[in-house]
Amino acid sequence: MALINLPDPEQLASRILRGVREAVASGLNLLDNRLADARSRSARLLASLSGERQMNEGHLVGVTGPPGAGKSSLVSAMIREWRFSGRTVGVLAVDPSSRPELGGGALLGDRIRIKNSSYDEGLFIRSLANRNQMGGVSSEVWPMSWLMLSCFDVVVVETVGVGQTEIDIAEIGDTVCYVAQPASGDTIQYLKSGIIQIPDIFAVNKCDLGAPARKTAAEISRSAPRQDRREDWDYPVCLVSATMNTGIKQLNDQIDRHRSFLVGAGSLGNLRTRHHSAWVMRLLKEEFGTFGLELAGGSATISQRLGEHRSCQFEEYERIRTQILSRFKSDNSSSSITKKEHPNEQAVV
Amino acid sequence: MVAVQKKRDQPWLIRTYSGHSSARASNALYRTNLAKGQTGLSVAFDLPTQTGYDADSPLARGEVGKVGVPLSHIEDMDQLFDQIPLDKMNTAMTINATAPWLLALYIGLAQRRGIDPKLLSGTTQNDIIKEYLSRGTYIYPPGPSMRLIADTINYTVKHVPRWNPTNICSYHLQEAGATPVQELAYALCAAMAVLDRVKASGEIAPDEFPQVVDRISFFVNAGIRFVEECCKLRAFGDMWNELTLNRYQVEDPKRRRFRYGVQVNSLGLTEAQPENNVQRIVLEMLAVVLSKGARARAIQLPAWNEAMGLPRPWDQQWALRMQQVMAFETDLLEYGDILDGSPVIAAKVAELIEGAREEIANVEAQGGIIAAIESGYIKRELVGSHMQRLRAIESGDLKIIGVNCFQETAISPLTVGSDGNIMKTDPAAEREQIERLRAHRNNRNAAEVGAALQGLTDAAKSSENIMPSSIRCALAGVTTGEWGDSLRAVFGEFRPPTGIDIAIDSRVVLGKKDQVTDLRARVADTGNALGRPLKLLVGKPGLDGHSNGAEQIAVKARDVGFEVVYDGIRLTPQQIAQAALEEGVHMVGLSILSGSHMELVESVLQELRLRDLAAVPVVAGGIIPPEDAAKLVAQGVRAVYTPKDFNLNTIMADMVDVIRECNGLLRIGLLQ
Repeated sequence: MALINLPDPEQLASRILRGVREAVASGLNLLDNRLADARSRSARLLASLSGERQMNEGHLVGVTGPPGAGKSSLVSAMIREWRFSGRTVGVLAVDPSSRPELGGGALLGDRIRIKNSSYDEGLFIRSLANRNQMGGVSSEVWPMSWLMLSCFDVVVVETVGVGQTEIDIAEIGDTVCYVAQPASGDTIQYLKSGIIQIPDIFAVNKCDLGAPARKTAAEISRSAPRQDRREDWDYPVCLVSATMNTGIKQLNDQIDRHRSFLVGAGSLGNLRTRHHSAWVMRLLKEEFGTFGLELAGGSATISQRLGEHRSCQFEEYERIRTQILSRFKSDNSSSSITKKEHPNEQAVV
Repeated sequence: MVAVQKKRDQPWLIRTYSGHSSARASNALYRTNLAKGQTGLSVAFDLPTQTGYDADSPLARGEVGKVGVPLSHIEDMDQLFDQIPLDKMNTAMTINATAPWLLALYIGLAQRRGIDPKLLSGTTQNDIIKEYLSRGTYIYPPGPSMRLIADTINYTVKHVPRWNPTNICSYHLQEAGATPVQELAYALCAAMAVLDRVKASGEIAPDEFPQVVDRISFFVNAGIRFVEECCKLRAFGDMWNELTLNRYQVEDPKRRRFRYGVQVNSLGLTEAQPENNVQRIVLEMLAVVLSKGARARAIQLPAWNEAMGLPRPWDQQWALRMQQVMAFETDLLEYGDILDGSPVIAAKVAELIEGAREEIANVEAQGGIIAAIESGYIKRELVGSHMQRLRAIESGDLKIIGVNCFQETAISPLTVGSDGNIMKTDPAAEREQIERLRAHRNNRNAAEVGAALQGLTDAAKSSENIMPSSIRCALAGVTTGEWGDSLRAVFGEFRPPTGIDIAIDSRVVLGKKDQVTDLRARVADTGNALGRPLKLLVGKPGLDGHSNGAEQIAVKARDVGFEVVYDGIRLTPQQIAQAALEEGVHMVGLSILSGSHMELVESVLQELRLRDLAAVPVVAGGIIPPEDAAKLVAQGVRAVYTPKDFNLNTIMADMVDVIRECNGLLRIGLLQ
């Protein structure tokens, strides 16, 4: 039996909220852990963290784009700017895993590209493999980004855009920024694919290339507003160069402006609540399958329960989990067929 | 019958690559070596000097005087060449990112001693391209770095005409895994990049350009497959001759000669039965002397025990005597080219040339070698070649005596000495160098230093040649760190792609296939038991840039299912511990080849403890003598891997077991 000392979630939460780096790291490890005990503690940790600050403050920014668009260098430049203005930054950098039949390992190389050479207390980078999960982003990214949001001013989730990823990233970030590469087929494909409905802001990188960058920006500008996803948002297209460090402040300003827009429209809270629900549903499905969801009354019932507990979805998640686990146990048990009516009891596995 | 010596060719320059501890200690070593019949000097600098830091910089800790001599200012240079006449000596300096600076110190010293710089002869390695790909002592981005190389060439052609301002290195490409074809192709691409850059600078009149071409020399590796290696050198000669004629219109055939120096292969030297390295070294030397038309101009041989640690003076003497036996006892130098006219040799040379031409065209199509470095293409190719070599060793397809076959051995009397059979650098050297440096700083004219540094900054910002202002800095008493920092401020710093993002090639058997399958199951099961996939941080602390080992470990670990964080070279212990914390890894693997493992590993362990990470197991790999390995284990390192642990699968299995043990799981044991 492995000796795994899982931390006490409530104590950990108070240290995380004080910004203790060791606690942040330990919390991220816990959220990443799939042992049943860790799952319960994760839910408690999230419940303890989801106070005022996480709901109302901070900014969760998703950055995606095709391979080679220079996302990491751009994120690095954006971080410099944020740090310059005194904001702390947490980064979740997601890299692909190799296919399961090839061992499922991963090389997480983004740190080296993102980080500035000097040591910085106000910057925290965690790299993650996508672990071949459905969609482009592994389920751990959601809670990990919320944990970071509880203690950093800006949280960036950086992923390689490969179609499905953009859909996932839209369910994580308050603001989604797509990094386009000038004169590349990827961007054209992207424009055609319909996924263009997702990003709120476009950054055309390598604008030092001149004409090709302006052409790409113009193509995106022509396509983006037509989608009318949110009526009052103008889908800005920014010309930037990560290597020349131009246009970065303007891009960050647009990202801030988008957050103000969401707050002004009263939709930031709703957006985050929706993301929480989507993740709970996804996680329950991942852990227990459709059969497990049925044991808790089916997805419609679960959605309803989450809706009724908007401000404490993680507590509700843990209750649903416990309920399903105990149902599993009683279904698997040959001697007892008693159905538990009070699923709040602690499940022991 | 006693053979009377006939008229013989002049032998090549005979050198040993040396330097350690301090300028004074190295000077004593050089004078001893010259007295033993060495005909030129080859200076090894320590890593702070190579990467533009002063001895008292935090990054220099543990590295001062380790792999070479520390050189912080002109007084150090003066001490290094004490009683050595600069105008009569041929001095090779293995120096790259800071080459203009070390050359400026050398020229400055000559001026101070009243010697005309026109009389100086020697070589600055000054090849940044292979630093990005293999050796790792780069500082600045490619653009400014290529400009610095062009500046030294433009300057020396006019003012120090006997100097070889750059030595295009294919040596380190082979150490990084390059095949002969890749060595040929990438070295010639690098030479073209340098010459094109000089041409574009406009400082050289078209009719003087052949002089520039004439000053370009090469630094080549020779491996144990000596027939092929000999053919490679003939191929180099043919291709260079053709390239300089067609691309640069050099009419004089003398100026089109392929001039090169050699250090024979260190990659193939083994820690197991190290005495066998002697015959390896001799056979490797044969490749570069056998064919008169493709014979090396200068040779330095490694010592038999280089895979174990720094060689002692006696070990270096043995390497020197190998050259002397070859040059003075054998009849080699009495004949013309003994390989001319051999159809077998001609066919092999043609085959190599054809392969190299294809790869050169491939690189040119990508926009040249700089673009292919920035895109990561070349590094990936090298990492791929190296991986294939290691897999061939693992599978036994590539035989290495004493390592993967014929392992039985009697006890060697060579490896039982009380000194551990390696050279120990003076532990006081770092402190003394720092004291000397601080005294020097207090002893100079601050106004002169300030003005000289301002001149350097101005030159860096403009397109003015960097050499005159650097020489002025040298004479004013500027330090290596000040020179390096001034240019950092203007040019910025650079990290090239690591090349480890190569795809897993499912067609290639990953070592022994069932072992890999077994390993993947072990990694996955252990991850499941711990609740999340195993995550490994591969770190290279210190200034040592030899990243090939770390890269191979990172790629292999990924292939067997680890999630691997690799941050590249030149990290402080603090940065490594910070990464371990932020990334939540199950293990930290450190790779150190500079001999600074004791200081650096200790610092990493301490930094981990400061972050409540004492429970995260640390393993170390590199050239670490058994005595030090035992000390590291006593300090808390969980395993030490050295060159004798050639089988990466075995290392991986052990790493999984270390993680298991540290988490209360049972070890699984050796792979079948």
